[in-house]
Amino acid sequence: MSIDKDKIKHISKLARISIDSNKSDSLAKDLTSIFKFIEQLNELNTDKVEPLSSILNTPLRSREDKINDGKIRDKVLENSPKKNEEFFVVPKVIE
Amino acid sequence: MSEIIKKNLSELIDLIKKKEIKSEELANLYINKVNKSKKLNSYITTCFEHTIQKSKEFDKKPNLNSLLPGVPLAVKDLFCTNGFKTTAGSKMLENFIPQYESTVTENLWKEGAILLGKLNCDEYAMGSSNETSYFGNVINPIAKDTVPGGSSGGSASALAADLTPATIGTDTGGSIRQPASFTGTVGLKPTYGLCSRWGIVAFASSLDQAGPMTKSVKDCSIMLEAMAGFDKKDSTSIEKKKENYSKNLKTDIKGLKIGIPKEYRVENMPKEIDELWNKGKSILKDLGADIIDISLPHTKYALPTYYIVAPAEASSNLARYDGVKYGYRSSKGNDLIEMYENTRSEGFGDEVKRRILIGTYVLSSGYYDAYYLKAQKVRQLIKKDFDENFGKVDAILTPSTPSSAFKIGEKTNDPISMYLNDIFTVPVNLAGLPAISVPAGLDKKGYPLGLQLIGKTLDEQNILNVAYAFEKNCNFKNEIKNWWL
Repeated sequence: MSIDKDKIKHISKLARISIDSNKSDSLAKDLTSIFKFIEQLNELNTDKVEPLSSILNTPLRSREDKINDGKIRDKVLENSPKKNEEFFVVPKVIE
Repeated sequence: MSEIIKKNLSELIDLIKKKEIKSEELANLYINKVNKSKKLNSYITTCFEHTIQKSKEFDKKPNLNSLLPGVPLAVKDLFCTNGFKTTAGSKMLENFIPQYESTVTENLWKEGAILLGKLNCDEYAMGSSNETSYFGNVINPIAKDTVPGGSSGGSASALAADLTPATIGTDTGGSIRQPASFTGTVGLKPTYGLCSRWGIVAFASSLDQAGPMTKSVKDCSIMLEAMAGFDKKDSTSIEKKKENYSKNLKTDIKGLKIGIPKEYRVENMPKEIDELWNKGKSILKDLGADIIDISLPHTKYALPTYYIVAPAEASSNLARYDGVKYGYRSSKGNDLIEMYENTRSEGFGDEVKRRILIGTYVLSSGYYDAYYLKAQKVRQLIKKDFDENFGKVDAILTPSTPSSAFKIGEKTNDPISMYLNDIFTVPVNLAGLPAISVPAGLDKKGYPLGLQLIGKTLDEQNILNVAYAFEKNCNFKNEIKNWWL
């Protein structure tokens, strides 16, 4: 798989990262070599192999749907880059 | 410079218990040396007022029955510490002050340890040389132009330079074991699920594990005992009884079967590493272990698998950094989407962006089966390789790294050559197994090299014992000359 500038544009849009156009050439080159490396996996026939989605032998625990903390609004807001009283502030979304 | 801070953690604990030194005196010795060691850049944040206050409190009412009584400790800056900046080595979190404490650090404080500061690391733990940190390169105290390894590079550097008596790191693909090997220290990655991930800045959730980094195997067993334990706040935490690793440590390894995987003899591996591996085999054989040749046929596919799984998980974990709830926010952009895009472009460094883009791509519509699903299948094969062999052997011995510490800048222009550093450590993370790197010798430049012991699931005690026996018979001596003072 070779990664070109258009593909970089597409992926960076999906990832919500703006990429400087003067950097996208070298990024495309790096990603192409990484994908070439990754694609060694195609040498293996894995048709009959079950994918491993968890390394643990036991299923994930579930818990009761009960509130176990709360009243920490000020702590939650503490690190926000922009807030107004008890709200996070973001650029205008609706015209 | 005081000789006391050169001592191992277990020796310092004895001194405190015998009341030969006070916690505050010990804290001041470390603070003094940290202040004189800025050149190494191993600390991002110090909190000495807190350290002194806590050590005074300890000295007033010392609880000498705890595992880490009044011991000052610095930790990797990936663990959230309540009220103390936690940056993950990133501009994105440059001013982030957690309002809660990670479970693993909380466990250390409960055992009497006291926070000294936060240690430098690769940005979001993505790197093998500590060169991706927004806060600059860390220097390996072994020699002034060399990297300490990564991503727990600040932890390894601070430990080797006696700027903390022990420390903790995280290991997603080798981030504890590789820097331990590069600095002549001991590093252990526990079984996935043994130490809680709660409160650790996430990189790749199915691989991340916290673990100890220490000057000796005994120290390692003490730290692991303090850190480990079930935590209901981490859904992948294993429910089991606490173990007394330090009390049960023993050197008798007679009759143990040690596997030697032939696939770890890789192309272009320096002769010195092969010789060191042979030395390891003969030490263990002399101690009565049986050395058995084994095969882990899918070893060469571990790194390509890792570079799908880890970026995929990272791309979703790092989606949370959007400039709204916490962290950096760009001032540029006309609407919400542009604000996101600029925030993430300005807040993340190049390696992190590279991995988010790889991860986004392998999870994107039309490519998921070809990459992500394929990697999960190969991960199954890699795990099976280990499962099958652990019927025949009790532990596996390999080199920790394919080279000793390299020069700053040597590998930054070629991502693949940087990734190859983790060739011997990554398979262990994919299989969720415990593994320890123990210093084993010096190369011709005088740089340390480590050997790795891989164990069965939850068999930490066994690899600690083998490492302990090995350490006692290897006579490794780190040669650090304090050239930066």
